[in-house]
Amino acid sequence: MADKKTITIAIMDAPYENARSTTALRLIDLAAKRGYNINVFAYEGAVLQPFAAQTPHANTVHGRSVEEENHFIPKDAIAALMREAERNGGKIDWVNCGLCVDERGAANAIPGVRRGSPADFWQMSEASDNTLVIATR
Amino acid sequence: MKTLSIVESAYRATVEEQDDTIVWIHGAMKSVGADLAVLLRGNAVNYLVQRQDAGGLTFGDWRQTQPPRIASDLAALAAKGVEVCYVAEDVAERGIERKELINSAQPVARGAVAELLGRYDRVWYW
Amino acid sequence: MPRYLLIESRDPFDSNDTRFCCDLAQQLAAAKNEVILFLVQNGVLPVRPGARSGDLTTLAGAGVRVLADSFSLKERGIDENRLASGVAAAPLDVVLDALAEGAKVIWH
Repeated sequence: MADKKTITIAIMDAPYENARSTTALRLIDLAAKRGYNINVFAYEGAVLQPFAAQTPHANTVHGRSVEEENHFIPKDAIAALMREAERNGGKIDWVNCGLCVDERGAANAIPGVRRGSPADFWQMSEASDNTLVIATR
Repeated sequence: MKTLSIVESAYRATVEEQDDTIVWIHGAMKSVGADLAVLLRGNAVNYLVQRQDAGGLTFGDWRQTQPPRIASDLAALAAKGVEVCYVAEDVAERGIERKELINSAQPVARGAVAELLGRYDRVWYW
Repeated sequence: MPRYLLIESRDPFDSNDTRFCCDLAQQLAAAKNEVILFLVQNGVLPVRPGARSGDLTTLAGAGVRVLADSFSLKERGIDENRLASGVAAAPLDVVLDALAEGAKVIWH
């Protein structure tokens, strides 16, 4: 197993708007499999990624039921990544920027997500081996 | 660690947020002691233009009373000790004259950006 | 030797600004830095030979490692074995490796 590292990733995109969200989760997945500690600072629309009220739906265009469609739901992917990290001796610390949460009404997040601020992003970054910012456009 | 933030994104949600959120977050990080510098490039160089005015918007009977004042915010960042720079060619290509910009921002030649990156421990791109 | 990994997620058909990463990569390589340009998402669209891939081939000739995310290629039906000269397919692990090793990693 690779040496344990701590990586911080800042994301900004709301779910379902851009491929950046998928790539960010792919990176987090790789890091989780390696047992890294992963800090995620969710800024702006990204605070909706772990929003607990997301629900899957059917796909009548393709004739698929809710179960058959098995729609990608970001909060479930994030919960799975948190479990994956723990299974491998790491941890995901997911911080939602508090003011971004407030203005979007996104306080209802899955367990394991905490409210924070830009100070948290700076402190997480200072305590990490490296930081990647995936900004929105 | 010394961090350089390159800022390109401009006027993305500035009316809704009443700020540029990237400029804002740098002010917030600076206030907890972050060692930061900002390089504006692309359309973000327009943020340095002093006579920007986003005031006066209304939506029905709702009136925006706190429009974004981004040039002032960048000047305030500089006053707090954040080095604020901009890519000189990006300003010139947009027909902006140097005298239109806030005083506290420094030009960097496009060809010197790579060397600038080498002076920082971290580089973030927004 | 200082290491840089520039992630290019934009493509020249849709964005005027892909020159930024190419020019920066070239400058960094000229200054004897180790540089990887990692294309991801629509950033892989120019890697088919002739599809505005000239800049990428030039960069590779200047010492920049030009890599294209394997998943992004597969997602777009781009044959990994038929990429422009100087471009190679690579897994996203390359980005995580660079982060883990302390390279300066920039997402464009």
